Amino acid sequence: MNKRIFLLLPLLAFVAVGVFFYSALFSDPRELESALVGKPVPDFQLPDLLNPQQQTDVSSFGEGPYLLNVWATWCPTCRAEHEFLNTLAAQGVKIVGLNYKDEPTKARRWLAQLGDPYVLNVLDYEGTFAIDLGVYGAPETFIVDRQGVIQYRHVGDVNVRVWQEKLADLYRQAGE
Amino acid sequence: MSTLYRFCVALIAVIWAVSAQAAIDAYPFEDAAKEAQFRELINEIRCPKCQNQTISDSDAGLAKDLKDKTYEMVQQGASKQQVIDYMVQRYGDFVHYQPPIKQSTWVLWFGPFAFLLIAVVGVMIMIAKKRAPKAAAGQLTDAEKARLQELMKKDDSNS
Repeated sequence: MNKRIFLLLPLLAFVAVGVFFYSALFSDPRELESALVGKPVPDFQLPDLLNPQQQTDVSSFGEGPYLLNVWATWCPTCRAEHEFLNTLAAQGVKIVGLNYKDEPTKARRWLAQLGDPYVLNVLDYEGTFAIDLGVYGAPETFIVDRQGVIQYRHVGDVNVRVWQEKLADLYRQAGE
Repeated sequence: MSTLYRFCVALIAVIWAVSAQAAIDAYPFEDAAKEAQFRELINEIRCPKCQNQTISDSDAGLAKDLKDKTYEMVQQGASKQQVIDYMVQRYGDFVHYQPPIKQSTWVLWFGPFAFLLIAVVGVMIMIAKKRAPKAAAGQLTDAEKARLQELMKKDDSNS
């Protein structure tokens, strides 16, 4: 009788492995949790994209909550999310931009043509501030709370679905 | 024939020399110890963009930025641990190919040994079981022998 139970072991092992692999099908290994969650936005000294004579630092972002959006004109997904960022800005969501390793003239033309949802854009031509933020691609969007602490990092485009399912709540909590 | 051979050898030599030159030129070092440390680091730091490659292997823009940063820090005299700490602070444990031992990485570090232990215990149980019945069959106690005799007699008388 006992031996019969042992015969079930391979089946149980198969089911366990199957559940593990099945769940892995729906998780994206490229989505990394930011190491900066719970830490303040690092400081930087970089020019303003629209006015390069003007130096900016972390205090230029002003009071939270805000979204810190990493973008570039060479990034197709940034183009895809731009309309929705315009929509969010129109709804009163505060967005600051980090123009990442981009041509400043192209970036300014992009904002002039597609609309500018950002209250401020930092020109990070070398990508130094981006390294301090742990940025590994574009677009990335950080949710920063009232105390200037990073609460969440979203990798990939911000769209209606992502906003409604996840980011809207986190943004609201960041403002509390 | 010999001119063609010489030409080929010369061509290979030139290509090799140019590529070797390029590899050295990218990150020139005067201090051999620093260069060794740099090579070790870029083969241990994982590219966050193009996963499963070190920043040494990868051609991604970010990998180059991180190599540049590593070069700058090593040139300024940073220790190996300082460079790794710098990267982990920004990109998390993911960025280092030798993850630290902590609760979330226990499965990673000790999982294989756990499976080995299960296998060893399993094999030991199997061996023990194979031996046990043989030993028992050969050695009935006197009481058991008497009972066996009795049962066999009964069986005979029934038939």
